[in-house]
Amino acid sequence: MLEQIKKYLRIDKFPHIWCYGCGDGIILQAFVRAIASLGLSQDEVVVVSGIGCSSRAVGYLDFDTLHTAHGRALPFATGIKMAKPELTVTIVAGDGDIFAIGGNHFIHAARRNIDITVVLFNNATYGMTGGQYSPTTRQDDIATTAPYGHIERPFDICGLAKAAGATFVARSSSYHAMALPKLISQGISHHGFSLVEVITGCHVCYGKLNDLSDPVKVLEWQRDHVVNIKQYEALSSKDKEDKMPMGILHQVTRPEYIDEYRKVLERAKT
Amino acid sequence: MLLKDNQTKASFVQGNTACAQAALDAGVRFFAGYPITPSSEIAEILSRKLPMLGGKFIQMEDEIASMGAILGASLTGKKVLTSTSGPGFSLKQELIGFASLCEIPCVIVNVQRGGPSTGLPTSPAQGDVMQSRWGTHGDHPIIVLSPSTVKETYDLTVRAFNLTESLRVPVILLSDEITGHIHEKIEFPDKNKLKLLSRPKAVKNPGKKYLPFAVSKPEEVPRVANFGEGFRFNVTGLLHNDDGFPMNLPEKNEFLLTRLHKKITSRIRELCTFVSIYLNDSETIIFSYGSTSRSCFQAAKIARSKGSKVGAISIKTLWPFPDFLIQELASCVKRVVVCEMNMGQIVHEVQRASDGRFKIEKVNSISGSMITPGEILDKIL
Repeated sequence: MLEQIKKYLRIDKFPHIWCYGCGDGIILQAFVRAIASLGLSQDEVVVVSGIGCSSRAVGYLDFDTLHTAHGRALPFATGIKMAKPELTVTIVAGDGDIFAIGGNHFIHAARRNIDITVVLFNNATYGMTGGQYSPTTRQDDIATTAPYGHIERPFDICGLAKAAGATFVARSSSYHAMALPKLISQGISHHGFSLVEVITGCHVCYGKLNDLSDPVKVLEWQRDHVVNIKQYEALSSKDKEDKMPMGILHQVTRPEYIDEYRKVLERAKT
Repeated sequence: MLLKDNQTKASFVQGNTACAQAALDAGVRFFAGYPITPSSEIAEILSRKLPMLGGKFIQMEDEIASMGAILGASLTGKKVLTSTSGPGFSLKQELIGFASLCEIPCVIVNVQRGGPSTGLPTSPAQGDVMQSRWGTHGDHPIIVLSPSTVKETYDLTVRAFNLTESLRVPVILLSDEITGHIHEKIEFPDKNKLKLLSRPKAVKNPGKKYLPFAVSKPEEVPRVANFGEGFRFNVTGLLHNDDGFPMNLPEKNEFLLTRLHKKITSRIRELCTFVSIYLNDSETIIFSYGSTSRSCFQAAKIARSKGSKVGAISIKTLWPFPDFLIQELASCVKRVVVCEMNMGQIVHEVQRASDGRFKIEKVNSISGSMITPGEILDKIL
C-alpha cells in the first residue's frame, strides 16, 4: 500500500511543517489513501486549500495544487470546477478557514450542491497563529484570546452543512485513522457537495491551555467523544451532549450545480 | 443591444455594453460577479451571452468570492472577467494581490461611483485612482486603463485582455458612471480581425522538473501551465520559488518581487498610451483621464477658438504612470491643469514627474457631477 500511495506525495517536500504528534499527517495519509482507492489519476485531481496548518497539506500532494488566501478555497475551487468540470476538485482546510473567514463561501457552495469535496481538519483552534478561539472551540475552553474561558457556542459543522444544502455529510476523527480513507473516498465519489469533517487536535497551542498537551491524550479524547452513529443514537439525550456521531450522517441525491449549468448551456443554444 | 456574429454595423450603446461586447470578442469565457450599480449591466449581458458561446457565468455570494472564482477559472486557462464599483472594488483587493503575486491573468472592471463607503451609487467620480494602484497590501505590479468614451471602452477592454494574458499581470479597467452609462454611436470592429494575445505556453521537458515560475531574463513572463494539463504544480500566495513552493530567503524574496515589477517597468512605453490635441505649440495643457477628458478636450477647443495656446492630453494608461510623457512636456509647456473628479489624485503623480519644471493647477469635482468645460475655462483663461 505504501508504494501505491507514495506516488501521490511530493516526497522531496518532506519533512512537513506540522508539530510532532499533530493529527494533520494522519488526515493527509487518509486523503491520499482515499485517492488511491478510487484509482484516480494525479492529473485529474486538483487540491485547493486556504490558510492555516492544515492548508499547508497541498504542498505535499502531487497534483495540481492551489494554496489560496485565508478562507477563499471554495471560491477558487468553484471557478476551477465550473471552468473544467472533468477535474475532481477537493479542498483540504481548517475550521477557522472554512467556517469563520470563509463561512459565507461554505454555505453558498453547499447550497449550490457543486461537486466539490471538502475535507475539514477541525482542531477547534487557530494553531498556526498560536491558539486563538475558532468557530468550533468548545464553550468554557481556554484560548489565547479567551483567557477567562470561551463564552461562545461552537458550530455543529455537520448540522450546518446539512442545513445549507450539502448532499453528503460525514464525520470522523484522526483517532479513527483506519476508517477515515473510506469516508473520504465516499465523499469524493458522491456526486454533489460533500463535507467530511475530521475531528483532530492541536496539542501544542490548544492542548497546553486545556490539559491536552499530550498528543496521546488528544487522540484518547477523540476516541471517547467521537462515536459510531449507531452507538450515538442509542445514547440518552444527556449522554449525547458531549458526544459527536461518526460516519455518514446525511446523504441525499439532489441536482448538482455543474449538471444544472449544462442545461443552461443547452437552453442558451436555442 | 449586442452584436450578432460578424456584424460590424454602427450601434448606439452604453459604455458597459461596449465593455461586455469587447470582452466576448477578446475571448472571455468565464465571468463571476456580484450585483452593484453602476456596473451591473456588464454582468447581466454576460449572463445571457456567455452560455451561448459555451462560456460560464456565475453570480457569487460576494465580491471576494467573485474574484476567487475568476482566478480559479483562469488557472485552468480561461480568459476571465469580473466587474464592480467602489464598494465591491474594496472587497476585491485581497485577491487582486493574490493574482499579482501568483501571476494569474484577469481583468477587473471598476465602473467608479462617488465614495467613500456606499457613497453615491449612481453618480460619477474618479476617487479610486490611488486604490486601483495601491488597494491591495504589499508592493505589487498592476496595470490600470481608463476609457473616456464608449469606443475607447471597447478598445481598452480588448487591450486589457491582451495585456493580462501576455504579461500575466492583473489589469483593471477603471471606467466611471459617465463612461459606463453614456450612450454613443460606435462601429464595432470585426472581431475576427482583432489582434489577440495569449499566455506564453508551458512546455513539457521530459526528464526535467517543471518550473512554472522560471524565467531566463528578469523581465520575461513565466510559462505557467494550466491546471488539468498534467504539469502538476503548486500555486501559493506565499512568496515562492520558481518551482511554485513557499520560500523565505532574502535574496530570492527580493528577486521575485523585482521580477514581478520588471514585467511592467521594462515595458513602460508600450504600456502607456494617451491621446492629445494641439500639443505642438501649447503653453497650457489640460491633463485628464476617463470621462473628465470629454470636458477637457471641449475646453481646449473653445480656448483655441479664443486664440489661447491651450492643448489637452487624456492618458489611457493610469498605471504605470507615464513619467516620460510629463518629462517631455516639461521642455515645451508652461502650465499643466490637472482635471479629475476627486480631491486630487493623479495630480500628485504629475507633480512628482514634472519635478517643478512647469506650473501645476487643479480643477476638481467631488459633488457627483462632472467637471464642465466652463469650469476649466474659468481656471485657465
